[in-house]
Amino acid sequence: MLPQLFFGYFAIVMVVLSLLIITRRNPVHSVLWMLVLFFHIAGLYLFLNAEFLAAVQIILYAGAILVLFLFVIMMLNLKEELTVKRFIGEWPIGVALGTSILMFIFLKVSDIAQGPVGEFTIEAIKEETHTKALGRVLFTDYILPFEIAGVILLVAIVGAIVLAKKKI
Amino acid sequence: MDFALTLGIIVIKIAVVFGIVLFHVAYATYFERKIIGRMQARHGPMEVGPHGLLQPFADIIKLFFKEDIVPSHADRWLFYIAPAIVVISSMTALSVLPFFEGFVIADINIGLLFILVITSISVYGIVIAGWSSNSKYSFLGGLRSAAQLISYEIAMGLSLVGVILMAGSMNLSDIVKAQHQYPLGMFAFPQFLGFFVFVVAAFAETNRAPFDLPEAEQELVAGYFTEYSGFRFALFFLGEYIAMLTMSIMVTLCFLGGWTIPLFMTNALPFLSYVPGIVWFLMKVYAFMFLFYWIRATLPRYRYDQLMAIGWKVLIPLSFANVLITAFIMRWL
Repeated sequence: MLPQLFFGYFAIVMVVLSLLIITRRNPVHSVLWMLVLFFHIAGLYLFLNAEFLAAVQIILYAGAILVLFLFVIMMLNLKEELTVKRFIGEWPIGVALGTSILMFIFLKVSDIAQGPVGEFTIEAIKEETHTKALGRVLFTDYILPFEIAGVILLVAIVGAIVLAKKKI
Repeated sequence: MDFALTLGIIVIKIAVVFGIVLFHVAYATYFERKIIGRMQARHGPMEVGPHGLLQPFADIIKLFFKEDIVPSHADRWLFYIAPAIVVISSMTALSVLPFFEGFVIADINIGLLFILVITSISVYGIVIAGWSSNSKYSFLGGLRSAAQLISYEIAMGLSLVGVILMAGSMNLSDIVKAQHQYPLGMFAFPQFLGFFVFVVAAFAETNRAPFDLPEAEQELVAGYFTEYSGFRFALFFLGEYIAMLTMSIMVTLCFLGGWTIPLFMTNALPFLSYVPGIVWFLMKVYAFMFLFYWIRATLPRYRYDQLMAIGWKVLIPLSFANVLITAFIMRWL
């Protein structure tokens, strides 16, 4: 019963927070509600015994990316921003599309079958600690995708520097 | 019943840590004023009690009874929340720090990462305080602080990777135990690069001199908390001093061997092993707190571009080099 209550709390609060994020008039408030949302996502990871992911979720998303968002938004001219409408005219189409995708997922969710139980059961991960298990798999079995992701990020960094600095 | 007992023990532990830390913060301000006073050939606080020993309590009472002012166009809610974020986040960090063998509120596997999580959250308190005050000085202080904290967080996180590699764990108690097994007894010797980077980053992360640009008096009045008064102002100070204490404890745990002393010392002088671990622990923490005051009295403030250059061009490459060298030695030697 307790796990269901726990999950129910997180699910409902996350939906409410997402709505708050897109409806706030002041962008700074939106960013701060997003911070609360990230905490709830981290809570869900903890719920799944994924403590490393929970920590990285907060360090990276809340501690680095969202701070930069806040940094940029604080520089905006808020007096102008507050008078702008939050939704463009076509928002009902977006809502309709989103709802139809959600309906599709609801209808199809019963068809999803659980895959075979692999090497990493909950007991095994508790034994080895989540961080170690994740690191071992990431740097052996999935080294190629990991390196590709690294190269893509490097390209993005170089791109950002080229855009920001006209004369190098 | 078992659950209630565990909960009771945790609550008592929290109360003990909370009380001790608040007491330490009160007297950290007193010793800061005394030590800096002596370094500048004056007495520091002398009036309240013998040698001014009751000065912290006088300050607390004064701050309680000051008028609480909110600027007219401030974002009221955020203005109220900001000091709470700073204090709550810095206090939460204390929950994973072990003080001596077996005494820790939450013994979690990712203790070290948790500290980094907390430092990344406390940035928000400062940025929100700066923005919501609706004042130029506060705003500039908040912006400076955000940029500074994000930059130095990277160096700080990377400087700890060497420690994690040598200890093979992110649990702070296990890191101390691994140091006790190590021949030299402290990771500060093999990890001298990481130690250096961590100490410099710790000064920047806690907004202390010579990196106290977010609150540079001459340019920004008091930086992000210019518009705060009374008890909310005191909360920012509380947060800052708890953060200093946390950083001192982190240095002690990760680099100076925590509550243990090197094995060669107990072998040479066997009576030292009867000294309780908390004594060594506190000696190391106080020594590091003294370093904070000493440097504040000694070094002038850096310029903002110098601060950024040190962070990105010196500390981060140094900590990367440290990670590579440590990993290489751990793997092949």
